[in-house]
Amino acid sequence: MTDIPLDTMAGTVARPRRDIGLKARYAAERRFRIYGVIAISVGLAFLAIMLITIVAKGYTAFWQTTVTLPITFDEKVIDPSGKRATDSSVLIKANYPKLAENALVTKLGIDPANKPMMLKLKGFLSEGARVQLRDIVTADPSVIGTTRDVNILAAANLDSAFKGQIDLSVDEGRRKVSNQQIDWMNKLRADGVMDEHFNTGLFSYGASSRPETSGMGVAIIGSFYMMIIVLLLALPIGVAASIYLEEFAKKNRFTDLIEVNINNLAAVPSIVFGLLGLAVFINFLGMPRSAAFVGGLVLTLMTLPTIIIATRAALAAVPPSIRSAALGLGASKMQMVFQHILPLAAPGILTGTIIGLARALGETAPLLLIGMVAFVADYPATPFDPATALPVQIYLWSNEAERAFVERMSGAIIVLLIFLMAMNITAIVLRRRFERRW
Amino acid sequence: MNIMTEQTLENAVGDKMNAKSNEVIKMRGDKVGVFYGEKQALFDVNLDVRQNQVTALIGPSGCGKSTFLRCLNRMNDTIDSARVTGKITLDEDDIYDKNIDVVELRARVGMVFQKPNPFPKSIYENVAYGPRIHGLAKRKSDMDQIVESSLKKAAIWNEVKDRLQEPGTGLSGGQQQRLCIARAIAVSPEVILMDEPCSALDPIATARVEELIDELRQNYTIVIVTHSMQQAARVSQRTAMFHLGYLVEEGATDKMFTNPDDKRTQDYITGRFG
Repeated sequence: MTDIPLDTMAGTVARPRRDIGLKARYAAERRFRIYGVIAISVGLAFLAIMLITIVAKGYTAFWQTTVTLPITFDEKVIDPSGKRATDSSVLIKANYPKLAENALVTKLGIDPANKPMMLKLKGFLSEGARVQLRDIVTADPSVIGTTRDVNILAAANLDSAFKGQIDLSVDEGRRKVSNQQIDWMNKLRADGVMDEHFNTGLFSYGASSRPETSGMGVAIIGSFYMMIIVLLLALPIGVAASIYLEEFAKKNRFTDLIEVNINNLAAVPSIVFGLLGLAVFINFLGMPRSAAFVGGLVLTLMTLPTIIIATRAALAAVPPSIRSAALGLGASKMQMVFQHILPLAAPGILTGTIIGLARALGETAPLLLIGMVAFVADYPATPFDPATALPVQIYLWSNEAERAFVERMSGAIIVLLIFLMAMNITAIVLRRRFERRW
Repeated sequence: MNIMTEQTLENAVGDKMNAKSNEVIKMRGDKVGVFYGEKQALFDVNLDVRQNQVTALIGPSGCGKSTFLRCLNRMNDTIDSARVTGKITLDEDDIYDKNIDVVELRARVGMVFQKPNPFPKSIYENVAYGPRIHGLAKRKSDMDQIVESSLKKAAIWNEVKDRLQEPGTGLSGGQQQRLCIARAIAVSPEVILMDEPCSALDPIATARVEELIDELRQNYTIVIVTHSMQQAARVSQRTAMFHLGYLVEEGATDKMFTNPDDKRTQDYITGRFG
C-alpha cells in the first residue's frame, strides 16, 4: 500500500505488483512445518507412552516387602538329634522355614494347635527364608540357641498386596491372598515390623521360580562379560581393519567389494549372526553352550561392521592438510597415521564403539540361538560358565504370568534403558568435548 | 651457545658461497613429466633450482607449477594415480631412485603449504615434532634449543615465547603460517618448498612472511609458487613461468619482469591473461 504514493512522489508510474506465487510458497512452507511438528509430536507421544508404562509398571520392583522377625535359632528344630558336630549335612538340611514360621506365630499370637489358621500362614513368608537362615547358621553355628532380628522376605503375593497391587474388592476365593492374611499384614504393618526396603536382591539374585528371590544378578554379570569381550575383540580388530582399508589399502575393485560387504554386514539381521555363531563356535569349534564367551564372540561379529564404518568415517574426516603436514615433515605413513590421524579420529572412533556396544548390550535374538536363555541360578565364575544377559532375562520374565514377575520385567527394562542411556550420553559428551573444527 | 651455532652456520654458508659462487645448482629437473592417470599435467620441464636463491614459479591456475613443486619432495607419491617421468636431482642424486628413501628426502626438502596447517597440538609440539621423529635432539634441552632457534628464524619467537604450550591452531593466520615455516625449518632442511604460502593471509601478514623468505634465503634454498606477480618480483631471484603444463620461460627475475623473451610471459605479467 505504501509504495504506491512513494512511487508517485518519485515521479514514476506505479507498476502493478507481479504475482510471483508468494502466497503459495509461504503456504507450502507453513504446511511443511506443521507436518514436521506433527511427526515429532507423534514420535514423542509414543516414547512418552512407552516410558510411562514401563516406569509405572516397573518402579515398584525396586522395593521389596520384608518382615522383621525375632528368629529364635532353636536347637530342637535345627538339630533335633544333636549330630551336627559329626554330620555337617545336618545344618544344610535343617527345617529352617519352621524357625521363621515359629517366630511369625509368636508375633501374631496364633495358637499353633489351630490347624486352619496355621494353614493360612503358609505362603505368608517367602521360601527364600530357608536359604537366608541357613546361610546365617552355616556362617556362624554359634547363633544356635540365641535369638536375633532377621529381615525375612515376604512371599510374592503378600509383597504385591502390601504394595496395593491386589484388588481387595475381588471375591476372596478368586484372589491369591486371603482376608486373614491381609489382616495379619495390616497388623504387622501397624507394628512397624512389615515394611518395604530397597530391593538389592533384584540386582544380586540369579534365576528363581519364586519372584521374590529372582533377580538379574546373573544376567548383569553375563552382559558385563560379553561387553568386555566385545570391547577387547571388536575395537582392536575393527580399528585395525579400518586403518588398513582407509589409509594403506590401494583403492581397487577388490577393496570396493570389501567395503560393500562390510556395509551389507551392518544391515544383516542379528539372528543370522546367532545362527552363524551356533554353527561355527558351538557345532564346529565345540565351545560351551549358554556361555558368555560365545555370546561375546557372536556380538563381536555383529558389532564389527558398525565400528569399522564409524572408524572409517572418523579417519576420513581428518583433513588432508594434516596428512600433508606430517608427510611434508618426513613422517612415515605409519607415523602419520598413529601420531596424527588416529588421535584426531579417536573421539569419532569412541563414539562409534560405544554406540556399537550399546546395540550389542540390547541384543537378544542371537543369544537365544546360542542357548543363553537357560535358567541360571548360580553366578558364572568365568565367561565360559552358563550365563544369561539382561535383554534375555527380560524375555524370560515376560513369559511368566505372576504379577511380581511382570513388575520385575519392567524393572529390568528400566535398568537396561538406564545402561543404554548412560552409554549413549557418554558417546554424545565425548563427541561434544573432543569435536574439532578446522 | 645459540648465538655461536648461528654464527658458525652463517660462516659455513658464507664459505660455501665464496668457494662455489652463488650459482650452485641445488636441484635440477630434467624432462620432468607428470601424469594423473591418463591425463598428462606436466610436459618435459627442465628447470634448475639454485642454492641460496628464491626461485618463483608463476603462471595461471592449472598450469602445473604446484604439480612441479610437489615433485621436488615427492608429495605426488601420496596420490595413487600420479606418475612422474624424467629425472629430478638433489645434489646430483636422483630423488626418484630406488636407493633414495622418501622419508629422508622430505627431511632434506621441507614444505610449507597454501593453507596454514599447524597440528592441533601445542606450539612447542608443532615445532618439536619433526626433530623428534628424525631423532635430531637427544635431550630435552637440545629440543628446547631447536624449537627456540626455529621459531626465531621464522620471526615468530617474540609473539609466542610466553605461550609455547598453547595450541598452534589458536594463532592468527599469519602467525600460523610462520609457525608452519618454523616447523619446516626445525628439521634443518636444505630446500624449502612453499606452495602459495601467502594466499590465505592478509597484506600485513603477507609482508611479514615475504620479509622472512628473504631472510631465510641466507641459509636455505627456496622454491615458491605464487599467484602474485608483485610477490614473485619482490622475493625471488629467479622466476619460472609455466603455462598449460609447459615451462614457458625461466630466468633472472629482473629480466623476466622487464624484458621477457616469450610473449606469453609478457602477456601474463602485464595481466592480459591468467
